[in-house]
Amino acid sequence: MLSNSLRTSVGSAMRTAAVRRVPVARSMATIADEKRLPAKFGGKYTVTLVPGDGIGKEVADSVKEIFDALKVPVQWEQYDVSGETTGGDELFQEAMESLKRNKVGLKGILYTPIDQTGHNSWNVAMRQQLDIYASVVVCKSLPGFPTRHDNVDFAIIRENTEGEYSGLEHQSFPGVVESLKVSTRAKAERIARFAFDFAIKNNRKKVTCVHKANIMKLGDGLFLNTCKRIAEQEYGHTGIKFDAMIVDNTAMQLVSKPQQFDVMVMPNLYGTICANIGSALVGGPGITPGCNFGREYALFEPGCRHVGKDIMGTNKANPTALILSATMMLRHLGLESQANLIAGATYDLVKEGKVRTADLGGKATTTDFTQALVQRLL
Amino acid sequence: MFARSASRSVASSLRSVKTPVRFYNSAFQSSTPTSAFAGKKGANGNYTVTLVPGDGIGPEIAESVKTIFKAAKAPIEWEEVDVTPILKDGKTVIPDEAIKSIKKNTVALKGPLATPIGKGHVSLNLTLRRTFSLFANVRPCVSIQGYKTAYDNVNTVLIRENTEGEYSGIEHEIVDGVVQSIKLITREASERVARYAFHYASENGRNKVTAVHKANIMKMSDGMFLTACRDVAKEYPNIAYDEDLLDRVCLRIATDPTPFADRVMVMPNLYGDILSDLSAGLIGGLGLTPSGNIGKDASIFEAVHGSAPDIAGKGLANPTALLLSSLMMLRHMGLYELADKIEKAALSTIAEGKAITGDLGGKASTQQYTEAILAKLQ
Repeated sequence: MLSNSLRTSVGSAMRTAAVRRVPVARSMATIADEKRLPAKFGGKYTVTLVPGDGIGKEVADSVKEIFDALKVPVQWEQYDVSGETTGGDELFQEAMESLKRNKVGLKGILYTPIDQTGHNSWNVAMRQQLDIYASVVVCKSLPGFPTRHDNVDFAIIRENTEGEYSGLEHQSFPGVVESLKVSTRAKAERIARFAFDFAIKNNRKKVTCVHKANIMKLGDGLFLNTCKRIAEQEYGHTGIKFDAMIVDNTAMQLVSKPQQFDVMVMPNLYGTICANIGSALVGGPGITPGCNFGREYALFEPGCRHVGKDIMGTNKANPTALILSATMMLRHLGLESQANLIAGATYDLVKEGKVRTADLGGKATTTDFTQALVQRLL
Repeated sequence: MFARSASRSVASSLRSVKTPVRFYNSAFQSSTPTSAFAGKKGANGNYTVTLVPGDGIGPEIAESVKTIFKAAKAPIEWEEVDVTPILKDGKTVIPDEAIKSIKKNTVALKGPLATPIGKGHVSLNLTLRRTFSLFANVRPCVSIQGYKTAYDNVNTVLIRENTEGEYSGIEHEIVDGVVQSIKLITREASERVARYAFHYASENGRNKVTAVHKANIMKMSDGMFLTACRDVAKEYPNIAYDEDLLDRVCLRIATDPTPFADRVMVMPNLYGDILSDLSAGLIGGLGLTPSGNIGKDASIFEAVHGSAPDIAGKGLANPTALLLSSLMMLRHMGLYELADKIEKAALSTIAEGKAITGDLGGKASTQQYTEAILAKLQ
């Protein structure tokens, strides 16, 4: 049920899903409890919008404009949280309250300062507080935009709430720092199940567990063994194949033979590495959508999670990643027809190649792209 | 000196006196530009180098390298040793003779080793690394003309901290199903590898060092790695220094590796492991990538590919990785001209494509390939 809408979000958008399923309304939660699902008031869904830092505002404006033009029944609750200002804490809390109320959000990426006095990543805090444990990034070759690699089509399922991102560090002696990577069986189990459910619903054939269990024998060993056990005991009858690959070899295989991958499941840090390599194979962060799911909440954000400070404010950013993330969100809300319209038009526009932003080798600005898309939709 | 400053730092931190925190006096410890080669020519005017042919295809490719060195009149005398582990007090260890030889010569060339599978065996590579404090792993990847991959003009150099980090091996299960793995970062090891990176950059005509990190998430551990790099950077005013996030580097290098040709990248253990294999993937795999392990007591240059038992003894193996590693060794010893001469002969042989081995799509045997290189050396 959960990934039904995901299947279409990827499939139909790419115009490959010949059979369109009957839309299942609001189908994202893993348990059928109406109270947990996003609600519609006055004919509209309220969605929390956090544009984020860097290019966030520009691309969020693009999404808003498109939604307005199509009269999509979504009401935004916008919070301009910024990780660059020091006093943003209160606003961040408000945004979190709003997310908990609305249960669904669209966000850009918040900047995280590197120096030690700065605050911890709010992106990570959001994922941990909402327990949106599964990050999904789909890397699929864009029709009409050839890259170095053809026929790339795989999904990265990443554990989002523990591992290297635990944030537990201490200096046990001057000049000696320990950083804890926490791995738990319970979280490995649920991400493994998510990956297999995703594979079933999206008609994929293989799940690959990415790990470094040869070195981290206990931590990654737990992850690998749990995935293995879930594969055998709970999904053995499904016919979905299971294999495992060490993360350094995975990186090498991704840039040389990416076609061998289907669904990949991995701990937190490896996820960011593989998602970025995967995105590079198909056209970059400007076109790679992503989302995060938990039992109660769903948060949609660009798959590569880059702030994009270097091109901030230049009107050069490619809004495709956020637009496609937003269409995934529409499917999550049961707004299939609007989602298909927007995603279809976006892919057509990229394929046609007349209006392309700089990252795809074109000269169009963010606003040009948005205008062209709106015209196509009307 | 070292002990004194360390004991001071204990004392002061215990007393929590507000004096500036003293770190290990690492300049003394690592004493780089260190690890620079300090071997002496023997009575016959040759340097003695330890040769570990290794398992599987190891002896064949080592033979090829020896033949080429002889033809090029390299002032090298080989001292062949066997590192097949023996049992000593119930532990698997490397034979004393091998250790003695490497310690004496301070330079070794090593073929692939097969790590015995099964519990209780520490990998031989790890044992060597510990025995000789091999703190920096140097992995250059250069596109080989004549072997086409999806990426042209790759020319990256990556230096990886080799002794700690995620590979500290400190792990424990706190309660059933909850594992902590400790990533250990010390100021001393960070500074040591950073200093070698700058040293390597200045020796090899690269005018920039980029530290790759994830300090937005791991603020203290990766943060300390960065602090160490910044401090060392001050000692090298002629070399530019910058920092980049691991995700961004993955994305950029997999999109287009060309901009990385001007620099040396330096990073903690795990990131280095993944990125070095990623770079190898860009140029066609481990069969074409050399590697050097720089240590305090000795430096070992090696082929990082496997021992390929399936083609062992058939005379089909490609000796390029070991040959390129031996050229790194020559440069480490200051024999630049000789290295250039052999490199030119080898690379032009591959570029011509007449006598290349099966893994590169040719039909030549190891011997034919070697002879083709010899012909060019004349």
